Amino acid sequence: MQYSRTLFATALATLLLSACGGGQESKPAVGIDPQVYTDSLFAVMNADRTNYTKMIIGRLGPAGADSIKPHEYWEDLENGAPLPAQMFRYGAEAVAEVSSDFSYSLQSLWPINSQNAPKTELEKEGLQYIVDNPGKNFYGTEALGDTTYYTAVYPDVAVAAPCAACHNNHKDSPKTDFELGDVMGGVVIRVPM
Amino acid sequence: MPVGKPGIKTLWWGLWLLGSLALAAWLGMSLLDNDASKSAFLPGAMTHGHHQIELQCSACHDEGFNSQDVLQNACVNCHGEQLADARDSHPKSKFTDPRNANRLANVDARYCVSCHMEHRPELDVGMGVTLPMDMCVHCHQDIGEERPSHQGMTFDTCASAGCHNFHDNLALYEDFLLAHADEPWLSERPRLTPRNLASRMSDADLVALIQGSGKPPADKTVPEHWDGNAHAEAGVACTACHGDADQWVDKPAPLQCAQCHEQENEGFLQGRHGMRLAMELSPMTPSQSMLNMHVEASHRELTCISCHGAHDFDTQKAAVDSCLGCHNDEHSNEYLRSSHHRLWQAEKRGELPPGSGVTCATCHMPRETHGDDVLVQHNQSLTLRPVEKMIRPVCMQCHGLEFAIDALADPHLVEKNFQGKPEHHVPSVDMAVERDKAREGKRGPY
Repeated sequence: MQYSRTLFATALATLLLSACGGGQESKPAVGIDPQVYTDSLFAVMNADRTNYTKMIIGRLGPAGADSIKPHEYWEDLENGAPLPAQMFRYGAEAVAEVSSDFSYSLQSLWPINSQNAPKTELEKEGLQYIVDNPGKNFYGTEALGDTTYYTAVYPDVAVAAPCAACHNNHKDSPKTDFELGDVMGGVVIRVPM
Repeated sequence: MPVGKPGIKTLWWGLWLLGSLALAAWLGMSLLDNDASKSAFLPGAMTHGHHQIELQCSACHDEGFNSQDVLQNACVNCHGEQLADARDSHPKSKFTDPRNANRLANVDARYCVSCHMEHRPELDVGMGVTLPMDMCVHCHQDIGEERPSHQGMTFDTCASAGCHNFHDNLALYEDFLLAHADEPWLSERPRLTPRNLASRMSDADLVALIQGSGKPPADKTVPEHWDGNAHAEAGVACTACHGDADQWVDKPAPLQCAQCHEQENEGFLQGRHGMRLAMELSPMTPSQSMLNMHVEASHRELTCISCHGAHDFDTQKAAVDSCLGCHNDEHSNEYLRSSHHRLWQAEKRGELPPGSGVTCATCHMPRETHGDDVLVQHNQSLTLRPVEKMIRPVCMQCHGLEFAIDALADPHLVEKNFQGKPEHHVPSVDMAVERDKAREGKRGPY
């Protein structure tokens, strides 16, 4: 809410200055607050992912019409369909192809693929924070290479029973007692400053 | 020194200057003239994958040499589709994530040239790779802890045949190994899917093309091998390839066939036989090859008719005889002594059903199913290296996965054109089965 007010105040000030004939030379730098930016991105990501999980996999998968086969290696199956987590990653990869203005990834303290374990100190801190503080997000800045990033970590919750069951039974999963509603990992969004 | 009389030194300086100017002019002209050879500018020999087009600098460098992205785009333009089809295990997007910034300091895997440097043949460790084969250690140093089965293995063996590939693991990923464990070495019905080119005859545009238009010049006669060949059977008119009387050409352009055989031509141009034509260079000749070729074939130009014949369009000849007419290496020559060849002979004699024989084309130009069409992939380089690329589209048409992995991992057996049995067993499938057993039947919801 605080950031929404900041954004509104900035926009109002800009409008007033412009109306007073402030001119281009006095135009203040206008930008969206990084937290509002990453929160908005996450809202879209999370909505899409939940919708895919419930409306596609839930409705057409084995628990529904059983007309598609959600599977990790879906491309080798007739009527195979990517798992929600894969769908999410494909989105991240597609974004990386066209933009370097932000990046995102799905990580976990208990990753099925060890490459998706937290690597940077901020990732480790953030992923632990969202597990210890259910319902809260984590924000911070970090320097990677020669760039400073605004990094936000959002909880990735088991929204459907198969999410927990899939992880609990996967041969590469280090944790096998996830339950519906548990924080299984986190979405890490980075914005170069 | 007397004034006005040039000394010997001045004369040499003058000659040097003149020579330098002449050299600069020649180099400049060579650079600007598209048809001139660029060999003087090559900083080093190129790998086996690119040497055919090494004198077409613009193929990779485009208009300039000042951008890494230009080079990268050139790589992706030619290889991007194949990598996507192979579900590239290490796509660029894996490395653009800022969290991998420290890894890029070791190997900047965002760019193909970081691992596949050209003009440096002395660094090539095989398959055009110019990094040490143990490079996997940079990111996978903990593999021994994650997979106890991998403890004690050295990182220069990750890419050993039958284990892992950097890009293409379509036949090597764990679930695939499991799905094909316990397969017999030879399937019960080792048979190729029949080609169905004739099914395309329902395409009205194609039918119009093969019917041609107008009439050939009056003095042209039906060629000797025409009757009964595939084109005659399909009703292809002379004018479809040669043009009508007003535009008749005795020798149609090398890529005339593409008019009807678009997909075959696309593959041909992507492979080593056709890549020079794709770059608007003269056709490839065996004399330009890095492989052993028959001397008498040295100057044959590689176009469609080199293998298929100008008017006989004999696919049986194209599948073996045409290949062996040029290729003279041990693997090619051993084919004639192989059991694959014996099957082919039996099929030709009518003793075995169609699709039972194994030809050069069976393995190097595999049949692909696209919707209702069964087409021959004319990019013979597509499944060549690493050898595991051949497992799914080729070997597994007739053989079990485990046998295919073992056979392709045995370089001696490959050289002998698969006469005999694999010398060693690659335990990839065994390792996958062992790990699966340890799960004690645990299965996910899907």
